[in-house]
Amino acid sequence: MLGWEFPPFISGGLGTACYGLTKSMSKLGLEVTFVLPQAVGMDMRSTHVRMRTPADIDELERQRLGELKNVKFRAIESALRPYASAESYKREIEDLIRAKQNHRGSVSAESVGDSLAHYCGDMYAEVHRYAAAAVRLAMQEDFDVVHAHDWMTYPAGMAVAAITGRPLVVHVHSTEFDRSGEHVNQMIYDIERAGMQAADKVIAVSFLTRNIIIGRYGVSSDKVEVVYNGVERNGNGFSIGATGIRKDEKIVLFLGRITMQKGPEYFLGAAKKVLEAMDDVKFVMAGSGDMMRRTIELAAYLGVGNKVLFTGFLRGEDVRKVYEMADLYVMPSVSEPFGIAPLEALNHDVPVLISKQSGVSEVLNHVLKADFWDVNEIANKIIAVLKYPPLQLTLREHGNFEVRKLKWEDAAHKCVQIYNQLLSSTVCV
Amino acid sequence: MPSVCFYFQVHQPCRLRHYTVFDQDNRYFDDSKNRAICRKVADKCYLPANRLMLDLIRQYEGKFRVAYSITGVLLEQLAEFAPEVISTFDALARTGCVEFLAETYYHSLSFLYSRGEFKEQIHKHVETIEKMFGVRPKVFRNTELIYSNSLTDTIESMGEFDGVLTEGADKILRGRSPNFIYTSPRSGRVKLLLKNYTLSDDIAFRFSNRDWKEWPLMADKFSQWVGRVNGNGYVVNLFMDYETFGEHQWEDTGIFEFMRSLPGEILKHPDNNFKTPSEVIASYPATDTIDVPGIISWADMERDLSAWVGNPMQSNALHDLYRMEQRVKRTGDEALVADWRKLQTSDHFYYMCTKWFSDGDVHKYFNPYDSPYDSYINFMNVMGNIEKRCKSKSNVKTAQTVSREV
Repeated sequence: MLGWEFPPFISGGLGTACYGLTKSMSKLGLEVTFVLPQAVGMDMRSTHVRMRTPADIDELERQRLGELKNVKFRAIESALRPYASAESYKREIEDLIRAKQNHRGSVSAESVGDSLAHYCGDMYAEVHRYAAAAVRLAMQEDFDVVHAHDWMTYPAGMAVAAITGRPLVVHVHSTEFDRSGEHVNQMIYDIERAGMQAADKVIAVSFLTRNIIIGRYGVSSDKVEVVYNGVERNGNGFSIGATGIRKDEKIVLFLGRITMQKGPEYFLGAAKKVLEAMDDVKFVMAGSGDMMRRTIELAAYLGVGNKVLFTGFLRGEDVRKVYEMADLYVMPSVSEPFGIAPLEALNHDVPVLISKQSGVSEVLNHVLKADFWDVNEIANKIIAVLKYPPLQLTLREHGNFEVRKLKWEDAAHKCVQIYNQLLSSTVCV
Repeated sequence: MPSVCFYFQVHQPCRLRHYTVFDQDNRYFDDSKNRAICRKVADKCYLPANRLMLDLIRQYEGKFRVAYSITGVLLEQLAEFAPEVISTFDALARTGCVEFLAETYYHSLSFLYSRGEFKEQIHKHVETIEKMFGVRPKVFRNTELIYSNSLTDTIESMGEFDGVLTEGADKILRGRSPNFIYTSPRSGRVKLLLKNYTLSDDIAFRFSNRDWKEWPLMADKFSQWVGRVNGNGYVVNLFMDYETFGEHQWEDTGIFEFMRSLPGEILKHPDNNFKTPSEVIASYPATDTIDVPGIISWADMERDLSAWVGNPMQSNALHDLYRMEQRVKRTGDEALVADWRKLQTSDHFYYMCTKWFSDGDVHKYFNPYDSPYDSYINFMNVMGNIEKRCKSKSNVKTAQTVSREV
């Protein structure tokens, strides 16, 4: 399996998905070799935790990984970041260098440029470097199927499949159209298209995504299967009441990357509307992303700056805490292939309001839904949840029950079926 | 010699428009949707079915008889959107072979929450029916056939009804037949007619089901089943929604042809006949009492209230609605009272039901909302506005009293 992030060091749903899926596959007795890019600048770990590699996980979470006994991790030197764009990648590298330079004292502009070249500032080159490394690694491993998660690993997947003759499965957790709207990056689109075309099977996380794959990437429909994500059941989903936290204010939560795809401006638009109708509400935006600054400015511009809290990127215990505080989780995504976060919110007994433009709305009934652009309706529903306890109660009760039906085991089973299909058809050929 | 007693429920709710918390006006109802549905049901069901019933009554020279319960909320909509339907009901009334039953004007659950409001709505309905069709109802049916001993107590105390219709639920019959006449243990005067749910549902639900081993159901077969009651009961009560004809069972299922040939098949046996509920009550004695301390309804397998008051949203919406009763009535604002009453129609609470929501059930067919949560939010927003109107009215009133005192 080719991926690029894995818990606890994640920046989005992809790492969570890879963890859940491989854990269940492991339980089914499948042997999984998980190939991850290894971050550059190992000394920057404390500030760039997402760059950590499975080697660190081994040290830190040996116990947890005990559950993944059939999963082997291999790391490849690479600066790949899951949700990066070419620009942000370059920025990231620049930051890294600047930080290093600051350590050593002042530097000239030219030397930064030199360093950039040295660190391979081009993300596309990096993708191909990762591919080359994956091929070298593949020569040492024995496996039946190549399973690649999202575009950055497609070139690697294609290369490994070509060299070894193993069938290729590409797993589409999101597409360039989800991340960038109509303003697609042609290079990424080309890589995605090539990967999907080359694959023997394409797995989509929802019918929404399947339609994009068929419609926008010209993949024949019989090649595309839908495998919904699952959710890890956490036993301690206790509520605010149980922890005894007294609250004077209601809390509405946005948790996700603050990027165009997630619709942060619609969240703020709704917040403004809600605040027109009621007081004593705080809007928490947990996450970071390339629209963070603009979103903070927008909050100020709308005059709701004092009611919106930006927490930055949260993980682990902090995520649990923020869920515990929340009265409602809102995901106004403009385009969301699946959306694991609402499942986690439900898992934490938090009712959710999701955009109709999300894959997860295909599997959830006991949630509130609105069009992402319909700020009025989003506000209408937020107010209802805050105002009417019976609504919160019913949503929570049924939602929590419903989410339990979405299991990673089912996703793993479906993947195994797809593998078996592929393997038996290769034998026939 | 069983009698066959047909009663058809004729009802459409006044559906709410999408009303957000930011809306401030008094236009709560979705006129265009209500008009469209009214027209559609009139064309597919009410008009062809009424024509059929008229034909049958004429053809069998009065031997074919039926009863209707038409809600006030529907009559208001018909008057506006499909007045010709009212004319055909009037034509049916003039044959003398059709009985009209009494119910709560707004097809409400008021029996469960306010006996005062309950009686007022029955009066309003009885007056309306008498004015429109020239006959005063003598038999009562409660919304969704909701029933308990105390319903008979209340109905008997009103002094103008001879009978009550309800569901022949297994849990109240306990092995006895629904084909006899019963009374409540606490009162002997008002008689109870119980729905024969097996034979009723054969027509209303199973008729077009191709997986049913009796499909296709023909009139001769059905009248044989009715004939089996002979010697073990007086009457087969076939109670169903009128929309069974042409709406729940589409025309191409053959439901109209079935109904057209049914009276002939039933009347082939000289002992059989058709009677309206009042005629059944006048013809047969009560054989036993039936004790219903708890509440039953005709809904679903459970025959209980869970479709309307099964979750916290429904219960909250209902309690809040009826808690406003005195405040709404004190305003003396007729339009406000009428709006508040239209919110009482049981369908609004049915839309909030979460019971079948996960299974993508047939119930969705009758639901104008995407989810029970949406329907609750919409309803509560409208209630919020009603409350505002109450407040502004009472402020005006206080101001007036003050100025008079000065």
